[in-house]
Amino acid sequence: MSILYFLVGCSVLMALIFLAAFFWAYKTGQNDDVHTPGIRMLFDDEIEAEKSEEDHFSS
Amino acid sequence: MEDQNKTATQALCYHCGEDLPKVKYHTADKDFCCAGCMAVFKILSDNNLCNYYVYNNNPGRQFKNESHLEYLDEPKIIEQLLDYKQERSSIITLYIPAIHCSSCIWLLEHLYKINSAIFSSRIDFLKKQVTISFNHTEISLRQLVETLNQIGYEPLISLQDVVKEHSSSVDKALVLKIAVAGFLMGNVMLFSFPEYFGLSGFERQFQSLFGWLNLAFSIPAAFYCGRDYFTSAITSLKHRHINLDTPLALIIAVLFLRTAFEVVLSTGPGFADTLTGLVFLLLMGKWLKQRTYHHISFDRDYRSYFPIAVTSLLNGKEKPVSINEIKIGDRLWIRNGELVPADAILMKGEAWMDMSFVTGESEPVHKVLGEIIYAGGRQTCEAIELEVIKPVSQSYLTGLWNNDNYKNNTEKQNFNDTVAKYFSLGVFLTAFTATTYWLFQNDSHKAWSAFTAVIIVACPCVLALSTPFTLSAILSVFDKKGFYVKNTDAVEELAKCDTLIFDKTGTLTSNENAEIGFNGSLTGEEKSMVASLLRNSIHPLSRHILKALNVDRFYSLSDYKEVVGKGLTALINNHSIYAGHLSMLPIAVESASESGVHVVIDHVYKGCFDIKQLWRSGLAGLILKLSKFKLKVLSGDTDKDRWMLDTIFTKNTSIRFRQSPHQKLDAVLQLQQQGNKVMMLGDGLNDAGALKQSNFGIAITDNINNFTPGCDAILKGDALNFLPDFIQLSKDGLKIIKTSFAIAIAYNCIGIYFAVQGTLYPLVAAVLMPISTVTIISFTTLATRWFARKNKLI
Repeated sequence: MSILYFLVGCSVLMALIFLAAFFWAYKTGQNDDVHTPGIRMLFDDEIEAEKSEEDHFSS
Repeated sequence: MEDQNKTATQALCYHCGEDLPKVKYHTADKDFCCAGCMAVFKILSDNNLCNYYVYNNNPGRQFKNESHLEYLDEPKIIEQLLDYKQERSSIITLYIPAIHCSSCIWLLEHLYKINSAIFSSRIDFLKKQVTISFNHTEISLRQLVETLNQIGYEPLISLQDVVKEHSSSVDKALVLKIAVAGFLMGNVMLFSFPEYFGLSGFERQFQSLFGWLNLAFSIPAAFYCGRDYFTSAITSLKHRHINLDTPLALIIAVLFLRTAFEVVLSTGPGFADTLTGLVFLLLMGKWLKQRTYHHISFDRDYRSYFPIAVTSLLNGKEKPVSINEIKIGDRLWIRNGELVPADAILMKGEAWMDMSFVTGESEPVHKVLGEIIYAGGRQTCEAIELEVIKPVSQSYLTGLWNNDNYKNNTEKQNFNDTVAKYFSLGVFLTAFTATTYWLFQNDSHKAWSAFTAVIIVACPCVLALSTPFTLSAILSVFDKKGFYVKNTDAVEELAKCDTLIFDKTGTLTSNENAEIGFNGSLTGEEKSMVASLLRNSIHPLSRHILKALNVDRFYSLSDYKEVVGKGLTALINNHSIYAGHLSMLPIAVESASESGVHVVIDHVYKGCFDIKQLWRSGLAGLILKLSKFKLKVLSGDTDKDRWMLDTIFTKNTSIRFRQSPHQKLDAVLQLQQQGNKVMMLGDGLNDAGALKQSNFGIAITDNINNFTPGCDAILKGDALNFLPDFIQLSKDGLKIIKTSFAIAIAYNCIGIYFAVQGTLYPLVAAVLMPISTVTIISFTTLATRWFARKNKLI
């Protein structure tokens, strides 16, 4: 049963990794704005391939 | 379906959704209400940004006058505004009140299409902020702001930079503490399971491992997550005063000490699970309390009304200076529509000051050379030159704001803190009695465990939780109805009020809508001529009257001249026509009223358009419902509406007119000295002193994005009729808190029964605490909903 000592250590370590991940996510501002990205992802990509090519050549 | 939609939108401006005038502006198959809206559409279509209109119908806002932005060229001011500056790129965060729908997000995030010097822009929708990074060598900050203005998104840049104060509405450290506490709680519970279910012989070897692990986890729980409770308890004890944090800190300390002793001496499992669970729940309650509303800022002072810079005259040359740098003797150049930032003397020019910020009276006041103009006045005529006689920080307005009276107001005691005192006393009494009893029985072990157990089980955490849960639930009900309260403590103040003071203009009347009547007579032909003239102005009054005239024929005109804010003249079919303020009339008229828009055609006075403020609907019913409160009306205006107020209010209501801001403030003070709890409802800066002094100040506004004075709550004008329900719900809220407190005491009695006998096992504590917490939280949530429904607020 002494394997439990090892397993308990593993579980604590895993939990610590998740905690660290949360700290990192929070510090880098991923939770600052939880509303706008939800709207932003609904915008369609504009399909204006011809126009953009034109622009490339003219500029 | 699509056709229906089309006909419905056809009568509206394609850009802003306003009703179209009879003769509309038309381009590219689309109709617009004014030249401004059409110009915005043209800019967007030229830059291939018409997707803006795809995401919403009429997403725009009506185009407003462009303001003076020279100050954005001053390096000193730019430095204050920028978040970050590097060799070629700068980042700035701007507050844009006009952001209101997903189209706004789309457009503002595609700014790079309008100007290639803008690298990127990001929107925070809830905070109405846009963060723009741009190449400052190619586009200046001023040009950037001008670009935003052109597309109808004018950023609001004020001296008290709204943007920067908003960013920390919820304490970041608190969220991290909650994360840590949650992590600790989860792990400690896992390690406590074997203890709960009993350990068989060969598992005993793990007992000490789990014990030590639990102790290790208790250390950060007590000293990192619970640190604020200790500091708060120590400061409050230093001031010889007990708040709710004092017993909480004591409990955390006792829980930790007992766990440490039991683990080190291996006499038992300790209370690590209770400790971590308690800290986690307490922090959650705190977070809920802190999470007030992002989109409104309440703590405003005079600085938020003033622009960030003003034009000064240095040796006759105009130079923008930041407001903080204005000194006595400086010459200021105030243009039409600009605010006077400091008390000053008029040196040159014609001054027609709109003092509505200061006195509440919106009729412009004429000032002659040499007269003092107080800070807060808005010039409505040509540019004037002023000499500053007092620095901004000592002007009339700021004097009102920094009035000494406010200092007494800081120590508002809430229910929790009052109860905490008696609670702590009771707990200590029980704990010491139990200890003494066991010491007399010569059982020192039981004495120690009884003492700690009583303190642990008598935890006032329920009190710390039920208040934020109840009050935030009430806040969110208020929020949905257009009543935005500053924080949870303010709700308690609201419940205590017994006297209501109303301001008149903007509070009992609405500023948004006005009824337009005409004194005099105009033939159909003349109406068309007036309409043709007014059509060229974007002044709000012109637009109101134009709508009221409802004419479908326009003439072309020549020699058009507009004195901004004063009047218009032009020649139509060889008739000279004038519309505007009395002071600019080309002929002398004796018996005309001061206010309104006067019309003169071919030197013959035709009459004037009268603009009447509309009373808010349902006022009489509202006042009837409020009849159990003491009511009072303080108006800065003249008594021309006395008869109307007399019909609305009962006879014994005191109604006073021509009240200066100081008189309003004094009236509130006087009532408070008589022992009344005063609620003040007002809208403008002229009520600011009274709003701040009152126990609960409500700023009434028709547009929550407008600047409102510092107050405890913001109320949307059309939600005024719910006021009695709001007050009732806040009272019910306090009842809920008191009931939940009684429930908690019942649980505590069970716990204390075990505790005084020294037989409180960790398992009992571990079961009792979550059960009581769950009961309280579900009780407060359900009761709040029930009361909200009873008051017809949901």
